[in-house]
Amino acid sequence: MTEREVCITGYGLLSPLGETPGAWWAALNDPAVCRARVDEIATAPFPIHTIGDYDLAAQVPRPGDRRAMGPMMQYGAYAAGLALDMAGLKGETDLLQRTHMIVASGGGERDLELDRQILEGAPGRDARDAWITAQMADGLRPTLFLAQLPNLFAGNISIVYKVSGSSRTFMGEEAAGADALRIAHRRLAAGQGDIFLVGAAFASERPEIQISYNAGGLLLRDGFADLWSRPDAGICFGAAGAFLVLESRESAAARGAAVRAVLRSVESDRTDRGAGDPAQTARRQLEKMNAGPAGSETAVLSGASGAGASTGITAAERAFLEDAAAGAPVRGIAQAVGHAVEAAFLQNVILATVCIERGEVFAPLSPEAAVEAAGAGPVRRALVTGWGHVRGEAMALVEATG
Amino acid sequence: MTGSGNPYARAVAITGVGMITSLGRGAAENWRRLTAGESGIRRIGRFPTEDLRTRIAGCVDFMDVEPVTIPALSRAMAEAVADEAVAASGIAADGAIDGDLFIAAPPIEHDWDSRFDLLDAVDPGSGPYARGDGVSGTEATLPWHNEFTNGSLADGLAARHGCTGSPITLTTACASGASAIQLGVESIRRGERTAALCVGTDGSINSESLIRFALLSALSTKNDPPEQAAKPFSRNRDGFVMAEGAAALVLEDPDRAKARGATILGYILGCGEAADTFHRTRSNPDGGAIIRSMAGAIADAGLEPADIDYINAHGTGTPENDKMEYLGISEVFGTGRDRLAVSSNKSMIGHTLTAAGAVEAVATVQALREGVLPPTINYREPDPNIELDVVPNEARVQKIEFALSNSFGFGGQNVSLVLAAAG
Repeated sequence: MTEREVCITGYGLLSPLGETPGAWWAALNDPAVCRARVDEIATAPFPIHTIGDYDLAAQVPRPGDRRAMGPMMQYGAYAAGLALDMAGLKGETDLLQRTHMIVASGGGERDLELDRQILEGAPGRDARDAWITAQMADGLRPTLFLAQLPNLFAGNISIVYKVSGSSRTFMGEEAAGADALRIAHRRLAAGQGDIFLVGAAFASERPEIQISYNAGGLLLRDGFADLWSRPDAGICFGAAGAFLVLESRESAAARGAAVRAVLRSVESDRTDRGAGDPAQTARRQLEKMNAGPAGSETAVLSGASGAGASTGITAAERAFLEDAAAGAPVRGIAQAVGHAVEAAFLQNVILATVCIERGEVFAPLSPEAAVEAAGAGPVRRALVTGWGHVRGEAMALVEATG
Repeated sequence: MTGSGNPYARAVAITGVGMITSLGRGAAENWRRLTAGESGIRRIGRFPTEDLRTRIAGCVDFMDVEPVTIPALSRAMAEAVADEAVAASGIAADGAIDGDLFIAAPPIEHDWDSRFDLLDAVDPGSGPYARGDGVSGTEATLPWHNEFTNGSLADGLAARHGCTGSPITLTTACASGASAIQLGVESIRRGERTAALCVGTDGSINSESLIRFALLSALSTKNDPPEQAAKPFSRNRDGFVMAEGAAALVLEDPDRAKARGATILGYILGCGEAADTFHRTRSNPDGGAIIRSMAGAIADAGLEPADIDYINAHGTGTPENDKMEYLGISEVFGTGRDRLAVSSNKSMIGHTLTAAGAVEAVATVQALREGVLPPTINYREPDPNIELDVVPNEARVQKIEFALSNSFGFGGQNVSLVLAAAG
């Protein structure tokens, strides 16, 4: 089967660094700006990267739509609007009816005030079940709990922008974002669809997510530290909404859409983290991409989460990159924006696209780290890695068009 | 057959199935009870329901899971149905499956007992869940994290069956099971793999989820007798009945299945999907997305509406769904509607939510294979505005060649599958 070329014709990213490519670029070249977006108080003792003020109403004008979403869905809906704007799809009813959406989502967003009441007021274990049931029956509000259904993330985007080709939601942490991109890429390449909206979002401030990651002993605490030199408890969450419009070359040409970059390949695999070797998986992926040696004209944007930064998975990825991407400008993006879990891979593919458009890479984010070489010359390709904190190894290759 | 071209040219074979519902364990046992018109709906005994308006469900209470939590029960059922389907297909006799895993599963959330236990052990330090200054987890509490990541069920299942690639966990609400099958069909059609393992599982009946759906006024409150509560297409229908269950299908490239001498149970000929943009819980009154979903599946199969003999309906028994599904069927099939048989498994097993699309696809394969249509039970007061042959109350012996299975979700996604007999 002849594979069709997959083009990026739009992207939208709401991140701690802002919402425009210019703002991201300026911040990525200035560690002080990135550092200023770290909040060490909101969810102390765990620092997080947060999104500052933004005007949600600019993309989601109806108050009812805004109320139906928690912050994660709001970040995503906003980014989806930016991506559709850039791709010139906003309001194009016929095209949107053929646009397929694949999103990656964590769990939904709980009613925190109700949870607080339950935790504070619950009686002893014997009487607890009935009491909690009564509290929830009285306290849960339909609008709020709809935000708890992960598929309503995509559902809200369908409603706000009238994207109606299809709506699929993947779950499963970092791999879900990579798989959303992989499936869209494969379907486009094989002619199973012409236009895709692919995205994810993550809200770093959500305490119900922190409970789980804290239980895993995974969160960086008591002050910020550079990504590559963190302890194994090294995840510092970062908020993000990240969406891409992918399109076949034919579709983009037919409607005169500008091609920002080519998404050459997306690989995602599962390695047994006990017995297997993620680096071996990544080497196989590189071979499959037939990308050749990395070299200085290939930027490498790593999605290393910070988990296991001392002796675990982030340390293993650093060792892999020092070898496989020796001499290439490697950037550990979580240093600048935090770890956005489901949204991390897509955020990094967007930043890779910006590098391709500009033909250059930004300065090292962790200048002290040996793995981050300075950029020497023009950049034609960008490799994005996405090794999940507990599972999943992904890689994408973005290239200049034409 | 009136459609153009050969509908089997892009067909994907089904070579193994597995099923669990409140009616029991195993595809054969479920089929026996479904065609006997039995109901699996009972009073909920798992948690106190005295203060709730809905006190019935199709709980799966016979799995070896203690305590019953959403992730533990969903996992146990998914493993059981995947084991059944893989064993029945014989595909893994020579080792691993050359296919990806697509699993529809409910989002993993801590239930309240788990949440209290967890917060006794580790403390976030700030926010609504804080008790003190913050206690970080350790090796001892790491399983809490692993169990409650959304990807862990798929990770274990993919390892168990040696599936290829990165396993995908998905949710499209009540269309999820059908979406898992659609992803498998697409993968095989692309020629990437020769097989796929597609699973839907849902063990999410706890007080919180029951209350959530009750808040939407989506659930039947006719608690007595429980087995008569689910009344799809009836005039007095008053909502769906929440239920648990799981199903798995082994899909294969037909040539490869034949080459290895596998028994082909049936085929998936086409998939259709469309997202509704109207409202978070209601369909557009014009039925546009439902129509595109059904028509898309039939076109993808290379068939015409007149070729379809039977529809395994979404048929939840909510006033809204059944009305809209009828409208959609009427639009797609026109006068051909009168010769269709349309039945709802949910009258017997309730709405298995995330699993429903997979559960009902398996039931549809069995109907095609056995030449028996499962009934819509509790059909005593026909809705005069829904003029369908719903296979009322008793199974019917009827040979069918092509069937459509519908799955429509809250939040907009609609999926339809066209299935065919093995011939």
